[in-house]
Amino acid sequence: MFFGIPDFWIALVYLLCIGSTILCVVYGLVNWNKGMDKEDEEISEAQTWAEEERHVEEKL
Amino acid sequence: MVFQIIVTVIYLLILGWLTYSGYKGTKNASDYLLAGRQIHPIIMALSYGATFISTSAIVGFGGQAGMFGMSLLWLTFLNIFAGVFIAFVFFGKRTRKMGRNLDAHTFPELLGLRFNSRFIQAFAAIVIFIFMPIYTAAVLKGAVNFLSAQFGINYNTTLFFFVILMAVYVSMGGLKGVMYSDAFQGIIMFGGMAFLLIFVYSKLGGMAEAHTRLTDLYRQPEVMEQTQSMAANGFRGWTSMPAFNSPYWWSIVSSIVLGVGIGVLAQPQLAVRFMTVKSNRELNRAVVSGGVFILFATGVAFTVGALSNVFFFDDTRQTALTASGAGGIDGIIPLFLKTYLPDWFGTVFMLVLLSAAMSTLSSLFHAVGTSFGRDFFEKGLGIRNKSVLLTRAGVLVAIVVTAVLAYVGNEVDATFGMIAQSTSVFFGLCAASFLPTYFASLYIRSVSKVAAISSVVTGAFVSVLWLFFFHGKNATVIGLCVRIFGKNHLFAGTSLEKLSQVDSILIALPISIIVLAVVGLATKRKPGLEQSHIDKCFYGVK
Repeated sequence: MFFGIPDFWIALVYLLCIGSTILCVVYGLVNWNKGMDKEDEEISEAQTWAEEERHVEEKL
Repeated sequence: MVFQIIVTVIYLLILGWLTYSGYKGTKNASDYLLAGRQIHPIIMALSYGATFISTSAIVGFGGQAGMFGMSLLWLTFLNIFAGVFIAFVFFGKRTRKMGRNLDAHTFPELLGLRFNSRFIQAFAAIVIFIFMPIYTAAVLKGAVNFLSAQFGINYNTTLFFFVILMAVYVSMGGLKGVMYSDAFQGIIMFGGMAFLLIFVYSKLGGMAEAHTRLTDLYRQPEVMEQTQSMAANGFRGWTSMPAFNSPYWWSIVSSIVLGVGIGVLAQPQLAVRFMTVKSNRELNRAVVSGGVFILFATGVAFTVGALSNVFFFDDTRQTALTASGAGGIDGIIPLFLKTYLPDWFGTVFMLVLLSAAMSTLSSLFHAVGTSFGRDFFEKGLGIRNKSVLLTRAGVLVAIVVTAVLAYVGNEVDATFGMIAQSTSVFFGLCAASFLPTYFASLYIRSVSKVAAISSVVTGAFVSVLWLFFFHGKNATVIGLCVRIFGKNHLFAGTSLEKLSQVDSILIALPISIIVLAVVGLATKRKPGLEQSHIDKCFYGVK
């Protein structure tokens, strides 16, 4: 009996739901600062510059 | 009533402001289609979650949980594990990188550019344009069911006004505005569902006590009597899986759990969100909030749907399905919320369901519109410089078709569970048509253009064939088989009748995978793609 649930498969899926959520949280936190490579940074910076230039042009 | 109107007006004003802010920041096609590829990870995760979870999940599948019980939680598990973890980590990162390498703006465009095939892009666009309205109608019906119960207005009148509201909302255009408002709606959904879970468990004396009462309920003589026909189909109570290999077991495992749980990996409106962030770091961060959001949104809906039986029985000596009466499966959650929750929470939950419906519908209409305007007309037929105009025309057509389907859907037998069934049909069709090719496009460099085309076409064709002529539940409601062959489905009256319970995803997806593998191996030496093109696709993809 797991929290009032007698069926093995339902108890199992309860644990799997919580377990997979913990997996998502742990994976995200462990890799929080990973995944931004040099090329991504360059493209992002170029886009930010273009955005700022566009704002300046609009104001003018 | 006055409180409800004031809260709704404030909600719509905030939504209008967020959408307008996004609209103002939309300067070019990349902004319109991909929100400028600069979306914040939290906004991306909330937008993904709010688009993924609609009234279909809360009203439609929550109602299914009211009928079948907690076995629906297998779908929650797949939604988190496949829909967030596998989707973001194994599909999302490569989709983002390859999408940028190829300058793809939509899901069909990604597949089309990867295989250098205008046919794949146009065919995928046609599949989306024709079949996505089935899913949008399910989401729309979920919202209208709740609103008509909440305000006591009839279904068709509510449908008319809600469609007008949606048309105004989506006409402001652009994915940036859609994602900003999605994030706002995602926060409302999360808060509302968290409160609902706490309220229901506390009313029933805590988690273990609530589950015990639901387990014991099935032993009550009145319940045994009311669920007699269900027991004959494999039902064994709301805290147990149905009997293995019974009609209910097949319905839950193949249609609801696998159909939607696997189908989520190839949803065009979700895959496009991976291309809206600037690096894989954002996807890593989005996994955290995405997982928690999906647990609360679907886990709560399915748990509360099952536990609603205890409330109904204590009050009326009826199960949820019996109490819902003519409302059928889709009427369980609206009736439960209207009857057993405090009035003020009814208003709050109205916003939760409005958020769930509007966030999903706006994204679906956006996906249908871009399939029509960019993928089919601009890229498929080569009609230039009218992409945004044609996209808006596509959105308008999709809204009208959706409204008609939602109107017709209300006439369908209430025991069919139209909302969940329609969702399952679209998700299963996407899985069979796109998933093998989508996976191969990201992971298998040598897969040929012919193999990709064969797999996509076969998956779609077999899915449609199975739906219309072989799957008992769907073929009976569609009614084409009975008109042509004089029986509800082609297995009727044969020794293979058991197969009519198997959902199309378990037939069409394996066939689509086999076709991809066989044709891929046969054409391995003639992939139909230049090596330089493949190198460009996979540049930086790891």
